[in-house]
Amino acid sequence: MINEYALILLSTILVNNYVLVKFLGLCPFMGVSRKLETAMGMGLATTFVLTLSSICAYLTDHYLLIPLGLEYLRTIAFILVIAVVVQFTEMVVHKTSPVLYQALGIYLPLITTNCAVLAAALLNVQARHDFIASALYGFGAAIGFSLVMVLFAAMRERIVVADVPVHFRGPAITMITAGLMSLAFMGFAGLVRG
Amino acid sequence: MWVAVIALGVLAGASGLMLGFAAVRLRVEGDPVVEKIDAILPQTQCGQCGFAGCRPYAEAIAAGEADINQCPPGGETGIVALAELLGRDPKPLNPENGAEKPKMVAVIDERNCIGCTLCIQACPVDAILGAAKHMHTVIAKECTGCELCIAPCPVDCIYMTPIAQTIANWKWTYPLADTGARGSVEQAAA
Repeated sequence: MINEYALILLSTILVNNYVLVKFLGLCPFMGVSRKLETAMGMGLATTFVLTLSSICAYLTDHYLLIPLGLEYLRTIAFILVIAVVVQFTEMVVHKTSPVLYQALGIYLPLITTNCAVLAAALLNVQARHDFIASALYGFGAAIGFSLVMVLFAAMRERIVVADVPVHFRGPAITMITAGLMSLAFMGFAGLVRG
Repeated sequence: MWVAVIALGVLAGASGLMLGFAAVRLRVEGDPVVEKIDAILPQTQCGQCGFAGCRPYAEAIAAGEADINQCPPGGETGIVALAELLGRDPKPLNPENGAEKPKMVAVIDERNCIGCTLCIQACPVDAILGAAKHMHTVIAKECTGCELCIAPCPVDCIYMTPIAQTIANWKWTYPLADTGARGSVEQAAA
């Protein structure tokens, strides 16, 4: 059992990284990775939202949709749950860290439309995860997201002061860096067989 | 079909109630970012940034209407502190707002003062003392060196002086950076 949970975490953080392998949640990945602090803040906010929404989506699915035979309402119900969780997170961040709130700006409410969050909820159902596995799956996906955000932001901070050829400056070199990072993360596919 | 409608309705209603409750519990009074920005600004109330004082400028920065490099009295230190707080890149002071100057205080030449009270009205921090037809004077401890009193004075009896060096405000001088000075020091050492 423990082995299975460890495998879920490892798989979501490295092997099936949401950003670099499944290409989910690219908008904040490009949008808020300019500075390390905001990237970390975004990572933390997303971690909170992803874990909580995975749990809430599981509860909604298990105790509301399945008993009533309403599986076809999953997508809309999950979107509703995610929107609520994001709204709640926004209030908490606004209260606890106003500067982070301002730094995240529009990207904080945009977590609602971050496909990684909905993907975690839907993939949980698809993989028939139980409660703990769902929570771990969401948490692992979020940790993977945060890890990549922090790595990427650190790289971008260095690239800004690096001597980049004129035509590659700005978004171009950022995209190339993201691509190379993605290639590197594909390498983790060899970690788990099958 | 009705089951689906009611189920979603209940879910949405419960979520709404929860959010409403959270909104009441986690209400934020005022804008805390403005307070933090205002704390960094030098409080000279000089208006060189183009706003009526430090607080309006802080509000404009928080709202994204003003840039962080418009405060000459705050100087480079202030800009770096603002950039750090707001997670932006520091940039040089906007020359349109003026240049960074050493801190000064206003002094009224009391022999020439005619007691017109114009400078009293101009002073944003109430640092000028006096009454109509009586001599005015500046409370040096309160003066922020904003220079706003100089323009209204009809007899031009106000001038700025650097703050006198005392034990309390003395600072070690920075090492000279230009090569000429270093060369002469090395020659002197040799």
